Amino acid sequence: MSKSNTILYLDGVSVSFDGFRAINNLSLVLDKGEMRAIIGPNGAGKTTMMDIVTGKTRPDEGEVFFDGQVDLTRHDEAEIAMMGIGRKFQKPTVFESHSVEDNLMLALKGPRSIFPALFHRRAAAETRRIDDILGIIRLGEKRNELAANLSHGQKQWLEIGMLLAQDPKLLLVDEPVAGMTDAETEETARLLKDIARDHSVVVVEHDMHFVRELGVKVTCLHEGSVLSEGTLDFVSADERVVEVYLGR
Amino acid sequence: MIAQRLFGADRRIAIAIFVLLAAAVIVPVLNLAVSPSSAFYIPSYMVALTGKYLCYALLALALDLVWGYCGILSLGHGAFFALGGYAMGMYLMRQIGSRGVYGNPILPDFMVFLNYKELPWFWYGFDHFWFAALMVLAVPGLLAFIFGWFAFRSRVTGVYLSIITQAMTYALLLAFFRNDMGFGGNNGLTDFKDILGYNVQADATRSALFAASAVTLALAVFVTAAIVRSKYGKLLMAVRDAESRTRFLGWRAENVKLFAFTVSAVMAGIAGALYVPQVGIINPGEFDPANSIEVVIWTAVGGRGTIVGPIIGALLVNAGKSWFTGVLPEFWLFALGGLFVAVTLLLPKGIVGMWDGWRGEGKASRAASLAEEAGADPVEPEPKIVRTAARTPGAWSATGPEPQPAE
Ligand SMILES: Nc1ncnc2c1ncn2[C@@H]1O[C@H](COP(=O)(O)OP(=O)(O)O)[C@@H](O)[C@H]1O
Ligand SMILES: [Mg+2]
Repeated sequence: MSKSNTILYLDGVSVSFDGFRAINNLSLVLDKGEMRAIIGPNGAGKTTMMDIVTGKTRPDEGEVFFDGQVDLTRHDEAEIAMMGIGRKFQKPTVFESHSVEDNLMLALKGPRSIFPALFHRRAAAETRRIDDILGIIRLGEKRNELAANLSHGQKQWLEIGMLLAQDPKLLLVDEPVAGMTDAETEETARLLKDIARDHSVVVVEHDMHFVRELGVKVTCLHEGSVLSEGTLDFVSADERVVEVYLGR
Repeated sequence: MIAQRLFGADRRIAIAIFVLLAAAVIVPVLNLAVSPSSAFYIPSYMVALTGKYLCYALLALALDLVWGYCGILSLGHGAFFALGGYAMGMYLMRQIGSRGVYGNPILPDFMVFLNYKELPWFWYGFDHFWFAALMVLAVPGLLAFIFGWFAFRSRVTGVYLSIITQAMTYALLLAFFRNDMGFGGNNGLTDFKDILGYNVQADATRSALFAASAVTLALAVFVTAAIVRSKYGKLLMAVRDAESRTRFLGWRAENVKLFAFTVSAVMAGIAGALYVPQVGIINPGEFDPANSIEVVIWTAVGGRGTIVGPIIGALLVNAGKSWFTGVLPEFWLFALGGLFVAVTLLLPKGIVGMWDGWRGEGKASRAASLAEEAGADPVEPEPKIVRTAARTPGAWSATGPEPQPAE
């Protein structure tokens, strides 16, 4: 299989924790500019797959390539982030003791070493970019609010905003609508579709309405490997998928 | 927001700096220029005692930078303090010259006693103040850098990190106890005569050392506040609260910690260097792990992550210690332990944190009653004010200080 036009390429990836195979011979290919939804029951290995891509977990075997040529297994989290992979955690993780604006400021693309940060003065371009993102994630009114005071859904958005500030090529978004109201869920689907226009995106989600809303190719994981792949209608008609979701 | 900063943390730091600078002038004047019979006279022993407390306060401030703002609970900061102290002590030893008991112009007394034939190489240069001053910064800084480089890179965190910092100071304690280390062994370095050509015992010198300690502490408050308020400072707190989030944003959390740890160790070293001429001795006891734990208690009592809190904590607890050891010496350790338990249970944010909490509540209820008088709905503004006052940016989050595992 050719990697040349892929943004993410996983082939034969396996990882075990204390003998338990969380990811088992997983292969997954994402084209440049593509948005993909990943579904699968709890424990299927969706989060672990993101851990592997972002350098948090080293695979025991298999190939993981970014942008067709970068071997991600040779890099750590910070390097991978700087190459252009952004990640939203399953549990929304923002800097609670900082304001919304400062959260974005720390995420904003730019030098990542200590001394520039020590003597950093915010440039007008940075303020403009932060304003833009605040508009996109609809938190303009809350810019000076501490992140700790945001609602669960707003924290999810702030974290997505931090991804945008990073300006990555590929976004990995783990369960973005968990704990959101229906209105917020719809809003998030719109936001992600917007983002997908000029980024590659992987979205992990359980919420089938949300996945339908996204309207993209779906991969169903089960016990660490791909069970089924195709349109949502195709995947949800697949007997094995039905069994995994309903058969227990 | 801006008004709150102005009247909250920033104003407090400005006041602290002002008070310290004022003390640097007033205390020496009241000691040197006022007649001992006057009610305003400050006796020399008080000058030396408070000067010593200021050094402890600087040590607590150093710990606050790493513990309060980055969640690194160092149980070995006493080691950096002691190393700075030894560097200063070595300078003071060499200033004794031939006035020692054995009258050797080069070798300090303990070396003559231990049959040293010549000065060990690591004592070279310490006859110059500038060299000793450089070592006061470099030795603790380098140790912290090397220690932190390995510890943070291997992602040792939490209680494991605390334990190895404790092991570090304990190892140094054992090493400095040995006579063949060349640092005076058990007895350490003492019997100092001059500093920069002035008699260390003289009142004027003591006043000058007091003033130097106060000015240095004021400067350290300024620098720490500037660090904490910079983008780097925000990053430091971000690493404290959600380390893996910072990594996935591309920051090297280990470097963020390493910088703060090294700066903090240098501050602790300066504190030790100012301490030694004021107390007249440095011995391996300063490496005692219990000392480092006491620093943690001062910081916790005053309020970690508040800059001013650890200073207040160090001054109060040490004043209490001086009083206690005069009146009920056997009970001091129990009192200290009890204090720590009480603070942990009742004042988790320390004195300054509690004060902020009260002020927040007071402000909120005042705002509510004002609104009531004005006939407005008092419910509306209340929650907002409570929130901003109780949780200032950068403060420990109320939900729990431990960094949450991110997934
Ligand atoms: N660091 C780890 N140590 C041990 N087991 C783990 C670890 N990470 C994940 N697992 C296990 O791997 C399996 C897959 O987990 P995960 O990727 O979180 O599933 P999903 O996100 O699809 O719900 C689970 O059984 C989980 O318990
Ligand atoms: Mg998961």
